[in-house]
Amino acid sequence: MAILVIAEHDNTSLKPGVTNTVAAAHKIGGDIDVLIAGSHCAAAASAAASIVGVGKVLVADAPYYAMAVAENLAPLVVGLAQNYSHVLAGATAFGKNLLPRVAALLDVMQISDIVAVESADIFVRPIYAGNAFATVQSSDAIKIITVRSTGFDAVAAMGGNGVIENIASATDAGISRVVKQELTKSDRPELAAAKRIVSGGRGLGDGDKYRAVLEPLADKLGAALGASRAAVDAGFVPNDYQVGQTGKIVAPELYIAVGISGAIQHLAGMKESKVIVAINKDPEAPIFQVADYGLVGDLFTLVPELTAAI
Amino acid sequence: MKILVPVKRVVDYNVKVRVKADQTGVETANVKMSMNPFDEIAIEEAVKLKEAGIATEIVAISIGATQCQETLRTALAMGADRAILVETAADIQPLAVAKLLKAIAANEAPQLVILGKQAIDDDSNQTGQMLAALLNWPQATFASKVTIANGEAEVMREIDGGMETVAIKLPAIITTDLRLNTPRYATLPNIMKAKKKPLDIVTPESLGVDVSPRLKTLKVVEPAKRKGGVMVANVAALIDKLKNEAKVI
Ligand SMILES: Cc1cc2nc3c(=O)[nH]c(=O)nc-3n(C[C@H](O)[C@H](O)[C@H](O)COP(=O)(O)OP(=O)(O)OC[C@H]3O[C@@H](n4cnc5c(N)ncnc54)[C@H](O)[C@@H]3O)c2cc1C
Ligand SMILES: Cc1cc2nc3c(=O)[nH]c(=O)nc-3n(C[C@H](O)[C@H](O)[C@H](O)COP(=O)(O)OP(=O)(O)OC[C@H]3O[C@@H](n4cnc5c(N)ncnc54)[C@H](O)[C@@H]3O)c2cc1C
Repeated sequence: MAILVIAEHDNTSLKPGVTNTVAAAHKIGGDIDVLIAGSHCAAAASAAASIVGVGKVLVADAPYYAMAVAENLAPLVVGLAQNYSHVLAGATAFGKNLLPRVAALLDVMQISDIVAVESADIFVRPIYAGNAFATVQSSDAIKIITVRSTGFDAVAAMGGNGVIENIASATDAGISRVVKQELTKSDRPELAAAKRIVSGGRGLGDGDKYRAVLEPLADKLGAALGASRAAVDAGFVPNDYQVGQTGKIVAPELYIAVGISGAIQHLAGMKESKVIVAINKDPEAPIFQVADYGLVGDLFTLVPELTAAI
Repeated sequence: MKILVPVKRVVDYNVKVRVKADQTGVETANVKMSMNPFDEIAIEEAVKLKEAGIATEIVAISIGATQCQETLRTALAMGADRAILVETAADIQPLAVAKLLKAIAANEAPQLVILGKQAIDDDSNQTGQMLAALLNWPQATFASKVTIANGEAEVMREIDGGMETVAIKLPAIITTDLRLNTPRYATLPNIMKAKKKPLDIVTPESLGVDVSPRLKTLKVVEPAKRKGGVMVANVAALIDKLKNEAKVI
């Protein structure tokens, strides 16, 4: 068996989930190659070569791979897929956008968002916002899989010695282009990879109060900031802060939910966290049912008190 | 310009689903069913494009059991012009859904197909991308703003680090994210009018599509329950727990 991992990167470095996806590949077992498709992406390729357990790093370098457009990447991956039993990518916006397109071109059913590997063709995936877990068996010759990073402990990013090999690029499909990207700038850890997360909901009231109350706590803890959908919809914070069924799935060591009621769609994104703290003025709030430690009271007094005491 | 909008009938998002005792799936008998929330957003976007004079006709499509007609009537009440039910009792997976939609697109020749980014039951997040691949059309997934002009769609997409704007040539596929719009409620007069709008019923066989499943569900189980936590009296007690019991700070 041979497994191809499609790496998400920004041409210079790899995204945090790549090492978790390689970990899932290890669980399946077999030779593991990594594809780096990008533009001037030698630095990303050498980062991939140092991941423990990687055999070959296939590098396709072309201007039209710079922005990871699915229409251009899919034919490239389809061409390579014939040599592999499994093709994996992280279940991120990148992987979710690309792999179903690859799967359909290969006439196979994708297995989305796996959290466990039972065997080379049997996988476990959450359905209904994580309220149920389905064990599914694929009968397709090539398994196309997206991997939920919280399901697999990352392999070491350093210490491997993969062989870098340049491969031919496919053509530019010419049917889509990226006009611009507006990325949220932040010195904080990335939500998806953070060990600690401070997350705020509608209870914060507005964006100014969200920042005034939560940023000092996050700074003290070295934590990433997250939010409920209500907080994002109300414009407190950008959309990429959203944790939940339709936002990011996180599983940090510590998740502090402030002014979040705990709707199932929110819980779907954070209930695998190791330790959950909830601060809410409503003792009946469902968030307390999943919290290890619950504190009932006004967040505007409790959070500054907590920040001061840490 | 014609727009197709596939709408899926799913367990209502407010329902707390229960796994069946025999582990074959989740309980759907006597459970409230609704249109997938992302598909309501897709219909709303299509209706807005029609109100803006850009779209001329909206065709809603659902694939599944006879009861999907209710979902289609909701779409018609929100403003779709006609509906197609692909009636089947089979286990239809996203690849098969995409193939059925491709067959319908071949008959209908739309300029745009707007789908939800994911259905909240199976959470696959595949169908739109698969349909785009099968039609060899461009795709703009996770859309939070759509502008149509000069044979192109300019779409702002929600990506992991922020937002991205793509320009794609029509015909094209768009999948909706939550912040694209706020779906309207169907008014009573529109619900009445929707009853008279055309609803055609076809089958996978009549469309010539093989829908055999590729994934077999071996079992469905409940997630491990988190063991109940404790309430702490004050901030000092919380810090003590975090330091000495959980050892996370
Ligand atoms: C299809 C679909 C997908 C969705 N996806 C997501 C998702 O990915 N992520 C997500 O989060 N949601 C999602 N939602 C929305 C979800 O259902 C809830 O509406 C949302 O999570 C509520 O956010 P909230 O807890 O911040 O707000 P609320 O439910 O309004 O809760 C606010 C809480 O703050 C508390 N509070 C208020 N003031 C104070 C104070 N001064 N001190 C202490 N506590 C206070 C209140 O007691 C309350 O519990 C989705 C919904 C749908 C339909
Ligand atoms: C009777 C029956 C039993 C089933 N049993 C199982 C089962 O045991 N296991 C299993 O995995 N699947 C089963 N399915 C299939 C399942 O319900 C989904 O239709 C399929 O897996 C698609 O996945 P998704 O909705 O998560 O796709 P996604 O890719 O998440 O859906 C995205 C979008 O595609 C469109 N779409 C998807 N499905 C439809 C549809 N049916 N009609 C119209 N538009 C649609 C919508 O716009 C939706 O927002 C069954 C279906 C039926 C009818």
